[in-house]
Amino acid sequence: MEEAESYPPIDPSNFDLIVIGTGLPESIVASAASAAGKTVLHLDSNPFYGSHSASLPLNDFIPFIQSESQPQSRNLTSDDYVSTPVATRPLYSAVETNSYSSEPTENSRKFNLDLAGPRVLLCSDSMIDLILKTGINQYMEFKSVDASFISSADGGLENVPDSRSAIFKNRGLSLTEKNQLMKFFKLVQRHLGDDETEDDKISDQDLESPFVEFLTKIGLSQKLKSIILYTIVLADYDQENLEACKDVISTKSGISRLALYHSSIGRFPNANGAIIYPIYGQGELPQAFCRRAAVKGCIYVLRMPVVAILNDKDSGEYKGIKLVSGQELFSPKLIIAPSFTIPSTPNHDAQVANSDDVSLSDTKKVARGICITKHSLNTQVANCLVFFPPRSLYLEQSTSVRVLQLSSNVAVCPSGMFVTYLSAMCDDNVQGKKLLNAAINALFSVPISGNSENSGASNLSEHAEEKPCLLWSTLYIQELTTFQGGLDSISKTPMPDEHLHYTDLLDATEKIFKEIYPNEEFFPSINVSNDDEGGGSELDS
Amino acid sequence: MHGRPRKAPTDEEQEASSNKAVKLRDLQSQVLQFHRNKIYTKEAIEISAKLLESNPEHYTGWNYRKLAVEHLLDHLPENGVDSESIQSILDEELRLVENALKRNFKSYGAWHHRKWILSKGHSSTDRELRLLSKFQKLDSRNFHAWNYRRFISALKKIPDEEELQYTTNMIYDNFSNYSAWHNRSVLLSNLLEKGGKGYDDRGTVLGEEYEFVRNALFTDPDDQSGWFYHLWLLEQTLQREPLFLSSWPPNGSTLCLSIDGYLNSQQSWPMLHFQSKARTFPLILYFSEAVEGVSSSTVTVESEYNAGGDLIWRPLSPKKFGFSQAWLTDLKFSDKVHSLESCPVKITVAHFPGIISSSGMPCSQSCHLSFTVCVPANDQERSEVQTAHRISLEEENFKALATQSEEAKLVHSLSKLEIEKVNRPTTCKQSLETISNEIAHCQELLSSTDCKIGKLTLARLWMARNTLITYGSTDDGTEVHYEDILALYRDLMKMDPVHICYYEDEYSLALWKQATSNLVSLLKHCYQYQETSSSPSMNPSLCVRLNGLSLSRIGSMEHLLWVQMLDLSHNKLRSIEGLETLQLLSCLNLSNNKICSFTALEPLKKLKSLQVLDISNNEIGAHSIDTRRYLCSSPLNHALVSEWHFDKFASDDVTLKDHWDAYLIFDDLNLIQLEIMGNAIVDDRLRSFLFKLMPSLKWIDGESKCD
Repeated sequence: MEEAESYPPIDPSNFDLIVIGTGLPESIVASAASAAGKTVLHLDSNPFYGSHSASLPLNDFIPFIQSESQPQSRNLTSDDYVSTPVATRPLYSAVETNSYSSEPTENSRKFNLDLAGPRVLLCSDSMIDLILKTGINQYMEFKSVDASFISSADGGLENVPDSRSAIFKNRGLSLTEKNQLMKFFKLVQRHLGDDETEDDKISDQDLESPFVEFLTKIGLSQKLKSIILYTIVLADYDQENLEACKDVISTKSGISRLALYHSSIGRFPNANGAIIYPIYGQGELPQAFCRRAAVKGCIYVLRMPVVAILNDKDSGEYKGIKLVSGQELFSPKLIIAPSFTIPSTPNHDAQVANSDDVSLSDTKKVARGICITKHSLNTQVANCLVFFPPRSLYLEQSTSVRVLQLSSNVAVCPSGMFVTYLSAMCDDNVQGKKLLNAAINALFSVPISGNSENSGASNLSEHAEEKPCLLWSTLYIQELTTFQGGLDSISKTPMPDEHLHYTDLLDATEKIFKEIYPNEEFFPSINVSNDDEGGGSELDS
Repeated sequence: MHGRPRKAPTDEEQEASSNKAVKLRDLQSQVLQFHRNKIYTKEAIEISAKLLESNPEHYTGWNYRKLAVEHLLDHLPENGVDSESIQSILDEELRLVENALKRNFKSYGAWHHRKWILSKGHSSTDRELRLLSKFQKLDSRNFHAWNYRRFISALKKIPDEEELQYTTNMIYDNFSNYSAWHNRSVLLSNLLEKGGKGYDDRGTVLGEEYEFVRNALFTDPDDQSGWFYHLWLLEQTLQREPLFLSSWPPNGSTLCLSIDGYLNSQQSWPMLHFQSKARTFPLILYFSEAVEGVSSSTVTVESEYNAGGDLIWRPLSPKKFGFSQAWLTDLKFSDKVHSLESCPVKITVAHFPGIISSSGMPCSQSCHLSFTVCVPANDQERSEVQTAHRISLEEENFKALATQSEEAKLVHSLSKLEIEKVNRPTTCKQSLETISNEIAHCQELLSSTDCKIGKLTLARLWMARNTLITYGSTDDGTEVHYEDILALYRDLMKMDPVHICYYEDEYSLALWKQATSNLVSLLKHCYQYQETSSSPSMNPSLCVRLNGLSLSRIGSMEHLLWVQMLDLSHNKLRSIEGLETLQLLSCLNLSNNKICSFTALEPLKKLKSLQVLDISNNEIGAHSIDTRRYLCSSPLNHALVSEWHFDKFASDDVTLKDHWDAYLIFDDLNLIQLEIMGNAIVDDRLRSFLFKLMPSLKWIDGESKCD
């Protein structure tokens, strides 16, 4: 720990907003507040941008998820205020790392590993719209995710027929299925189209019904339903088991997600499909928002831990923060990253602590994993998605496992290597690990592992030569926190969610901003010099 | 590039465009001036470049550029003729074309100019390929670019296999790309013709293509480009050598030439008779498709008594120049033969190679047929002039054939006289399998998708299958019921009323085939004609009645070459193309159809035996604009078949001017009786005009000439 004297003093000491943590939601709020003309101070105790949305070198990755910085226990006293110490709680658990080769760790700095992988952008999603609207695309570059695969019944990978030409090219579907799928796509197009003929519209009753029932009703095969639900609509839970399913997707939202997917295809002439990924990793995104915030006057201080919250002695109201340097800073509003816990103060109702407790017991979890290999899952493509729909790995599999393989062409790993992210929703650590391990076994050959002997041994021997061999892997469980409304002047941002895209996280972030600044526009439109060119030049061709 | 709505120009836009027009006119007149005076100075050439860059459609401008380039190349300094200076002249042209194309992708003149420069052989074809891939990315369907691509790939000698792979990639990108599918068909035709490695087995290659396009058809059955390619594939599968199908006189028959049409009681069935004054009769050969090359060198006729030397063969229904399904020649027996009892005639079709279908397939297997001709010894006995009487086509005069009637026996005997199928090349089993396979897939598609082009394809496939089976050897399986095909077309007429005429025509062909494809079914349409009031000495005539069937066009004449009396009334006939094959026809009923001009009757001009014609209750003259009217030879074009005999009419007779199209048709006919009422055009002046035109004509609409 560095000496307090080495921390520079911050001037001024009063801000409209102080933001602690540079994760994506914090960065977006900081940027939005700066854009709205607020004076903003943005702090992070880490030496890097991104917090839980960061992309880290391999050797920094495990330490980060294994230990969050501990509460600072000095200089806590304050003369004029009640000082409540700030603590952090671990949001990652059950970290399990296997290293089968020293090559990845030797090239640690050539990796940019996402903490919250797998995650991608759909070319038409609201995050891309925001990126274009704010002009931060000038700080970033993207590349196409070339292909999506779904695990087939025989354990192989089949291309996801997500567009007209993909259906045409697909080898896994029967002719009738091709016909049905395209017909369904057209049905959705007509439903969303401008032609106001009633015949073309899906009935209200159908729109309210579960999507899976609608798909069954129009006669799609099991395989097609699976493809639509888990690879395009991106459902998390088994939709076929309506009683047990925690998130039943209605036809209405299924169709709007499908439409989003389809409008993503061809939005940018130099993107192959619907999906893109930022070069140098997801961590570029919070950084880009921070850069824009800085342009608008936001002050940035990294490596600056916050040790306490300052409350008014009488009212107990939030007044400011105390830094590790001992400096006290004040703002009417405070945003804190999700890992912080604020114990109840004597003067203050214990609501914050309570809400944390509630969320702890109720928290959903997401199992995440990273695998490093020297070969691609599919020799034809460098960057791709793989989906294991519920029940495809084993009978009790109740959530979808999603996999994103990235290559060195998005600068996340040394050339010749591949980084593969996996994730799945789970109730507990055991279930989560089981899901990811099953997917890993289906995709990779795992050196000297007891696992490979029993489960799916025949599969393994069959595909043993084709499967990439694992060099390094880690599995961990991440807690999910949801934004449940701000507490007085302090708002806590959510953790990166279980989704493959940023849409929900962005919605939650906008909500936070609206709550603290109800009268301000979330990024007022500025005349960004022609949108189209910005979009077109956005991707590296 | 497609489906962009047009917007009305604003005032400013209008003003800008009129300013532009002034500038363009100025440039244009300057360039024309240079062109006329052969000025090829640097300034002049620059001005022409300006013109072409803003208006790439200026053809004279491009031509001027070509002359200028030739001029510059010719006037290079003697010592300085190096490839570099040539290069710089040509590069300037390429740059100009590129700018012109930026303005208009689809400028024929610009693309052509580029080809012209490239064909000089000094420019890099690699550069052109790069340019093309840029163009084709922007508009993958632009046929100019595809056309240019073919030009460049030929110039660069890129193997067809490579270009085929290129089309595969383009189709993978977006399969609604007619240009890509078309290029594919061109390349495959070349590859199959050469038969190189991987392309020697036609059936396998086509099979793979069927599978490839099937994915497109199932993915989006409403997209037409795949179906067009499928149609091309179907054509390739059905491509086979043309077959000689039937003849008149039929193989094995005995033909009796008579003067008057009365049968000699001693003559027994099966015997055909033909009324002939000049001892000539037509010999007709009928093929499975239009062929060329029927001549005395490909068809030999052996008969001692044939008076003429080499026979002259004439195509009867020239659909494409020089090609015809039916071929005609006249056999003439010498007058010196007075009492000839029977004269055998032997004919060998395709004795020597040379008969070729319009798709280039040769008729390779020769086919023999023979018949006997009787020339009655006493053909001078009967008086030549019969008192002709008016034929009444009233319903009461027709009787269905009794199974044991002489006529029924005749029809049956005709059915035995078909050309032996044994002589035909066996059907390619593979073709039939391919068609059956496609039928199964088409039915699968239609089971879940109501798709008009799929239905049309199924109907075509069924027809193709029936054709393969009927023209093939006997053990090829059973035909599809024509009823099913007809039901599909009826369906299509309802689904897609815009194209109803096409469906009606296809429906007619199928119905025609159903009615006439074999003589057993034809028998149901054969009637005996005998006027109740006529003298008993008058022999009953055989009449084929295909009336009231909603036919809109005429089909295959394979089994009808013998017909002399034909009733096509109460149909929807718009055209009678094909009737010219029935050289024996003497009585034709076309009443109550949809014929809307005299020119539509042009096929009748070839029917020398036609005496009775009923075209009453049609639509001749009912439409103010008759699109077909000028599709025939007329005073307005110079392709006159016969000369005009204006002298028949007084020079002040205005009727000729009004009725030149009637003149054109009827001048060649020798009608005795004509029913024409119920057409908008008919009036007394037309009637008197027709009487004047045809001296042989006795009645028009029941009124005789004398009245």
